[in-house]
Amino acid sequence: MTKKFNEKAWHEYDLGFMVSRPGCSAEYRTGDWRSQQPQTNKDKCIKCGVCYLVCPEGAIVLAADGTYDFDLEHCKGCGICATECWTGCISMVEEGE
Amino acid sequence: MAKRVGIEVSLAISEAVKLAKVDAVAAYPITPQTHIVEHLSELVAEGELDAAFIPVESEHSAMSVCAGTSAAGARTYTATSSQGLALMNEILFIIPALRLPVVMTIANRALSGPISIWNDHSDIMSVRDTGWIAIFAENGQEAFDLTLQSFKIAEDHRVLLPISVNIDGFTLSHVIEPHEFLDQSEVDKFLPEYKPAVQLNPDDPVSMGTVGVPEIYAEAKKCQDEVLKGSIEVIKEVFAEFAEMFGREYKVVETYRAEGAETLLMTMGSVSETAMEAIDRMQEAGRKVGLIRLRLWRPFPADDLRAEMGSVKTLAVLDRAVSFGGAGGPVAGEVRSALYNVEDSPYIASFIAGLGGRDITVDDFIEMVDQAEAMAKANEIHEYKMIGVRE
Repeated sequence: MTKKFNEKAWHEYDLGFMVSRPGCSAEYRTGDWRSQQPQTNKDKCIKCGVCYLVCPEGAIVLAADGTYDFDLEHCKGCGICATECWTGCISMVEEGE
Repeated sequence: MAKRVGIEVSLAISEAVKLAKVDAVAAYPITPQTHIVEHLSELVAEGELDAAFIPVESEHSAMSVCAGTSAAGARTYTATSSQGLALMNEILFIIPALRLPVVMTIANRALSGPISIWNDHSDIMSVRDTGWIAIFAENGQEAFDLTLQSFKIAEDHRVLLPISVNIDGFTLSHVIEPHEFLDQSEVDKFLPEYKPAVQLNPDDPVSMGTVGVPEIYAEAKKCQDEVLKGSIEVIKEVFAEFAEMFGREYKVVETYRAEGAETLLMTMGSVSETAMEAIDRMQEAGRKVGLIRLRLWRPFPADDLRAEMGSVKTLAVLDRAVSFGGAGGPVAGEVRSALYNVEDSPYIASFIAGLGGRDITVDDFIEMVDQAEAMAKANEIHEYKMIGVRE
């Protein structure tokens, strides 16, 4: 099994600590930085996709029914989606509530 | 047979860079480095050197361009001095961290203020901890030879670190000396084409210079230090290969008439040749005095230095820079650290002289030896003494 990025010895990294696999930042779980998480009232969602476009982390994913779900392993809880949502169907809820 | 040419040392360095067939030069002119890059720009303009000469608006940009061209896989060269080196400072740290084998000549010059265009070592000492290999040349031939060798050392896949070749401003950069030039075919045999280990390439993308979160930053720094320290073996290999091919031998620590010496004078750079004269005179007078010269400043050759300390009782170390508020000159500080835990280590006297272009004479060196021996005999504790300063 390959070691995680934070388990390697100093001599086991790529030259110059460069990133040699495109897209590997997805493996870094930034979701635990969050203090609030987005929740959607899907009855009010008009499937416009504004939240999907404005999310700075690409943490909003298209669901099978045309609405949108959240990738909570990478969502940092910034709340831009909730602010920009046209119908106000996204609200930010404290973590743990 | 190599031809012997009388030429200004700056131009000889440019010719060495041309013989190394660099792909990219990005530099900003500054006294006393100017003639080096001026001549390189002529060589490129006249079609004698097939390289990109990239004029920039500052040294910060010069070193930034060097990072880019080196990352793209180009053999990259630049040169600077003093304030120019200071302006490069931010990027100097990044080049070795990204493992980019840039070669730079530093025509050593004092830092402002007061404004000084003259020679001392305060510029290179201010970038001691940036992670570059730092080599000193004592004359034009050495500057020529070490420039060529630097590309081979830097680009070795066990190293992949940048190198500064330090030459004393004016004292070397602006004097005409005889140089034995090498033919292109000889240089090509010694220095093959640069093969980057990794390079920026859209068909095989990598990201260089990414964030180092707390979980990996310490590993990154440890790696950098281990590679820099390990480079000394490659430096010795390249010196040996050069000696075998061209007959001129270089060592990381060099000595002059040091056999059986009880007092050693330690120097770095072009003043070593004046120091040799001082040693000759003192030996004629029957004194057991020799000279030790540091060719390699980073990585610091501590083992090689310790190996030369056999019968030495007193070591007089010359610095050409002040470590303000510190315990002596920067070189003396390193030497004291390297020898502190060694049994029967010599008494170490730190002297600062030759600041901002002040001459260091043969008599100054004799005075350093006199003072060091007297201080050692009395076991006096001094941080450092400045030679030739009006009190």
